[in-house]
Amino acid sequence: MAAAAGLAAGRFLEGPHGMERTLFGFIWRYSKRDQVLLLVMTGLSFPFLYVSLELPKTIINEAIGGENLPGDLFGVSVDQIQYLFVLSGLFLALVCVNGAFKYVVNVFRGQLGERMLRRLRYLLYGRVLRFPLGRFRRTSQGEIIQMITAEVEPLGGFVGDSIALPAFQGGTLLTILIFMFVQDWMLGLAAISLYPIQAYMIPKLQRRVNELGKERVRTVRQLSERIGESISAIEEIHANDGARWALANVAERLGVIFDIRYEIYRRKFLIKFLNNFIAQLTPFLFYAIGGWLVIRGDLTFGALVAVLAAYKDLSAPWKELLGYYQRLADARIKYDQVVEQFDPAGTMPAELQFAELPDDVSLVGPFVGSNVTLLDEDGEAEVESLSVTIEPGAKVALVGPSGSGTDSATMLLARLLFPDRGGLSIAGTSLAELPETVTGRRIGYVGPAPHLFNASLRANILMGAMHRPVGPAHDRDTPAGQRRRAAAAASGNSTDDTAADWVDLAAVGVGTDAELEARLMQLLGRVDLDDDVYGFGLRSVIDPDEWPGLAEQVVGARRRLRERLREEGVAELVEAFDETTYNTNASVAENLLFGTPVGRAFALDHIAQHPHVRHVLDKTGLVNDFARIGRDVAMTMVELFADLPPDHEYFSQYSFISAEDLPTYQVLLGRAERLGLDGLDAEDRDRLVSLPFKLIPARHRLGMITPEIQDRILQARRVFTEDLPDGLRGAVAFFSSDRYNAAATLQDNILFGKVIHGRADAQAEVGRLLAEVIDGERLRDAVLGIGIGFEAGIAGTRLTAAQRQKIALARTLLRRPDVLILNQATGALDPASQARVMTAVFAEARHRTVIWSLQRAGLAPMFDRILVFSGNRVVEDGDFEHLKARGGVFASLIEEEKAGG
Amino acid sequence: MSLNQEVELLKNIPLFSRIATSRLKLLAFTSERLDWDASQTLFRQGDDGDAAYIIMEGSAAVLIETDAGEVEVARLRRGDVVGEIAILCDVPRTATVRATEALTTLRVTKETFFRLVTEFPEVAIEIMRELAARLERTNAQLREALGTGGG
Repeated sequence: MAAAAGLAAGRFLEGPHGMERTLFGFIWRYSKRDQVLLLVMTGLSFPFLYVSLELPKTIINEAIGGENLPGDLFGVSVDQIQYLFVLSGLFLALVCVNGAFKYVVNVFRGQLGERMLRRLRYLLYGRVLRFPLGRFRRTSQGEIIQMITAEVEPLGGFVGDSIALPAFQGGTLLTILIFMFVQDWMLGLAAISLYPIQAYMIPKLQRRVNELGKERVRTVRQLSERIGESISAIEEIHANDGARWALANVAERLGVIFDIRYEIYRRKFLIKFLNNFIAQLTPFLFYAIGGWLVIRGDLTFGALVAVLAAYKDLSAPWKELLGYYQRLADARIKYDQVVEQFDPAGTMPAELQFAELPDDVSLVGPFVGSNVTLLDEDGEAEVESLSVTIEPGAKVALVGPSGSGTDSATMLLARLLFPDRGGLSIAGTSLAELPETVTGRRIGYVGPAPHLFNASLRANILMGAMHRPVGPAHDRDTPAGQRRRAAAAASGNSTDDTAADWVDLAAVGVGTDAELEARLMQLLGRVDLDDDVYGFGLRSVIDPDEWPGLAEQVVGARRRLRERLREEGVAELVEAFDETTYNTNASVAENLLFGTPVGRAFALDHIAQHPHVRHVLDKTGLVNDFARIGRDVAMTMVELFADLPPDHEYFSQYSFISAEDLPTYQVLLGRAERLGLDGLDAEDRDRLVSLPFKLIPARHRLGMITPEIQDRILQARRVFTEDLPDGLRGAVAFFSSDRYNAAATLQDNILFGKVIHGRADAQAEVGRLLAEVIDGERLRDAVLGIGIGFEAGIAGTRLTAAQRQKIALARTLLRRPDVLILNQATGALDPASQARVMTAVFAEARHRTVIWSLQRAGLAPMFDRILVFSGNRVVEDGDFEHLKARGGVFASLIEEEKAGG
Repeated sequence: MSLNQEVELLKNIPLFSRIATSRLKLLAFTSERLDWDASQTLFRQGDDGDAAYIIMEGSAAVLIETDAGEVEVARLRRGDVVGEIAILCDVPRTATVRATEALTTLRVTKETFFRLVTEFPEVAIEIMRELAARLERTNAQLREALGTGGG
C-alpha cells in the first residue's frame, strides 16, 4: 500500500530512459493516443469540406443557371426557386458542420497542448529536484525559472499542433487542390505553380531566423540570470555604489536582445511579404487562364466561381503550413536546448527519490565509510579517502579549520552528495542505493544556513514529517476532486492533494493531533525558541472566531493584570484606556479615535487627512487650537532639526516633519508670522493641523497638550463616535473595558492601556506581571499556539539567522531520525543559547547517532569521539582529552581559539 | 517637568554650559527621561552598556562589587554623568549604580552620546577632565591603600 502510494508521484515522472531526446519522441511517447484521435477527427472532416466546395458550382450552374433541374428531390417535386433554397440550405448546414469540426478539433488540440505543457513543466521541475547539488553552483536560479516558465510555453501550443495541424491543413489543402484539378487540371496547375518557389526560398530564409531565435533564447536567459544576480546582490550594489555598473551591464544585454529581435522581425516580415506577394500573383493566373477557358466554353462559369472561392480558402491552409514549418523549427530548438540543460550528468534516477520501502526500515546500525573520496569540478579532492566506522548511538564531532572538508563530509554522510570513489554504508546497506524516502526520513541533516519557506513557523517545522499524504484527499469523493485528479493524471502530474493530511504522526512518535501539538511546544522549548514564539504570539492579531473562548479568557486576564498591578503597588505603570479620561501616554490620534483602526481609513499615520476627522475638529472648534499647536510643533521641529543633515537618522526616529518637508514648513512659519494663523490659506493650515496628532504628552514633554486641550479632545472623542457615518462604523474597533478588541494584538488586549513613559523598568516590570498573569490564566499554551502561526516571510527573512537555525533543528528533530547530522547548525546562536540547544539535542537523540560538524573545537568536550580534519582528510581521531594531550592539529585549534578569545 | 525645564537644568551643568540652547533641547528631546525609585538599580557591574545617564534630580551611589560585598566609591548628584565609560570604551559596566533616593535621569543612548562628543569638542574635554579627575582619585586611593598596607 505504502509502496503504491509512493510511486504515485514517481510513476509519472519519466520512463526508465530519462527524458526523450527529441521533440517528436516526447510528443509521440506521451500523446500518441490523442494525436491519433485528432487525426481521425481531422480525416472525418474532409468529405464535408469537399462537398462544401462542390456545392457552389451546382448552385450556380443548376439552381441559378437552370441547367439539368432535377424536377423532384427524393420523390418530392421542386421548382427552380425551391431547389435553390434547398441547395443553399444544404450549403449553410455544411458551413455549420465544417465550423463545428474546426471548433471541436481546436478545443481538443488546445487541451492536448496545455496538457503536454503541464507535463513538460512538471517533468522539468521534477528533474530540478533531482539535479546533483553541484549543478546549482553553475546554473543560476534565474535561468532555470526562465526555462520552466517562459521558454517552454510556446512548446505547449506547438505540441497540440504538431501532428494534427499539418494533417488538417495539409488535408484541407489537398482537398481543395483535388477539387480544382477535378474542375480543370490547368487551373489546378496554376494554383500550385508558384509553390515550388516558395518551398525553396522560405526554408532558406527561415534557417537564419531560427539561428537568431536560438541566440535570442540564450541571451534572454543570460538577462534573467543577470537580473536574478542583481536581486541576490542588492546589498553589495548599494554598499559599493554599483547601480550604474549594474544598469550598464543590463543595458548591454538588452541591446544585444534588441539587435537580435529586430533582425528576426526584419526577416520574418520579408518572409511574410514574399508569401503574400506570391499569394496575390496566383489569382492573376486564374483570371487569365480561367477566363480564357470559360470564354472558349471549356469550363462552366459556375466552376470558375467555385475555383475562385476555393482558392480563397486555399491560402489560409498554405499560410498555416508555412507558419507551422517556422514554429516547428523554433520548437525543436527550444526543446533541444531545454533537454540539454535539464539532463546534467549525475541526475538522480526517479526511483531513487520515490521508491517506498517497507515502513519498518531503520538505519540503526554502524555507519561505515570506506575510502570515500569526493572530487570537485576540477577533479581536486574535497574529501579524500575517508575511512571510518561510527557505532550506532555514538556522538561524533567533526572538527577542522575552515575548508578542511568537514562541510562536504557531512553532506556525504547525509547522502546529499554522492562520493566519486569509495562507498558509505549504514546498517549493512549501501547508502547510495537507499532511496530518498529512507535517507530523507531516517537521516536528519541541518546545514549552516537552512532555508525557511514562506509559511508559518508551524508549517516550516511540520515540513520535517511531511513526506507523503497520509490521509485521504480532502476532495476524494467530490466530482471536482475526481476531475482534478483525472486532469492531473492525464498530464502525468502528481495527483497528491496538498490539502490532505501529510504529517506522518508515526514518524513524529505521537498518536493524535493533540499530542502533535504538545510535541511541537516541547520542541520549541528544546531549541530554545519558546520565548521568541511567545513574543510572536503576544504581538499577533487574532480572529476570535478561530480561537473559541480565547477572547473571554483574554478579557479575564486583562482584569487579572489590573488586580496584580494594584497588589504590587505599581498600578500607575499602566495608564488604562478610559472613555472619560485623556491618556497622556497615548498619542493625540489614539485619544481622539479611542480605538484601533481597522483597514486604512483611520490608520494613525494619516488620520489627520480624513474628512470625518476634519469634521470633528471643525465642529468642536479644535481646528484653531490644532493649527496653533501645529505651529508650535513646527517651530520646535525647525529649531531642533533644521541644521541636521537631511539623511540623519533622527529625522525618522524623532522628527514630526520629514527632512524633505522641513524647508516647506520653514517658509510656512514665515508666512504664519506675517499673516497670522487666520491669514493662512487652507493648504497651509491643513499642514499645521496635521502635526499635533502624533504628540504623546508623557513622552515628548513639550507641554503643548494642556489639560484644557485634553478636555476638548475628550469632547471631540464623543463627537467622533456620535457623528461617525454608518459606512465607517467598521473602520474602528473602539476600546471597551469588557470586550475583546479583534483589531488589536493579544498583548494590547491584555494591557488595555499604555505602559507609561518615563518610569525606569516599567516595561520590564509590566512584562513580568503580564507573563505571570498569562501563566496563571493558563493562556501560555494558547499564546505559543498563536505564535507558532507566525509567518516566517520570504526565505524566513522575518526571523533572525539564529531563529532560522532553531526552526530547522526543530524540523529535523520532529521526525526522530536514526542518524542526526548537523553541519554548523547552531553557528548563529549566542554562546549561552548554543550550549542549551546542544544539551537539548543530545537529550533528544540519546540513543541515536549524532554527527556534528562544529564551528569551534572548544565545543567538542561533550562528544565521545572527535574526527579532526585537515587538508580534506581525517588526521586525528579520538576523545577530547586524548586529542588535546596529543599536541596535534586539534590541540593547536584549541590554542588558536583561546588566543582569539 | 517639561522639555524646557530640562533644558534649563542642563544649562546649569558645567559639562553642557557652553552648548547652545537648541542643541541641549535636541539632546533632551532625543533622550528619554526616566524616574527611579530609591534603591532601584540603573545598571549592574558587568552588564553590557547601551546608554549613559545624566542625573537631573536626586542622588545615586556608585558601587563596586568586591569579595566583601558592595563598596560605595562615589555619590552622584544633580548634573553628574554616569555610565559613559562602558559606551566610550565598549566594555561591560565597571560599577553598579543605584538610586539612593527618588531620582530623575535623562537616558542618553550610545549614538546620541557619540554625536554629542564628536560635535562638541568642549563636551569631550569636559568628559576627559572628569575621567582624569576620577583616575587621579583612584590613584590617590590606591596610594593610600598601598601606604596603609605597607606601613
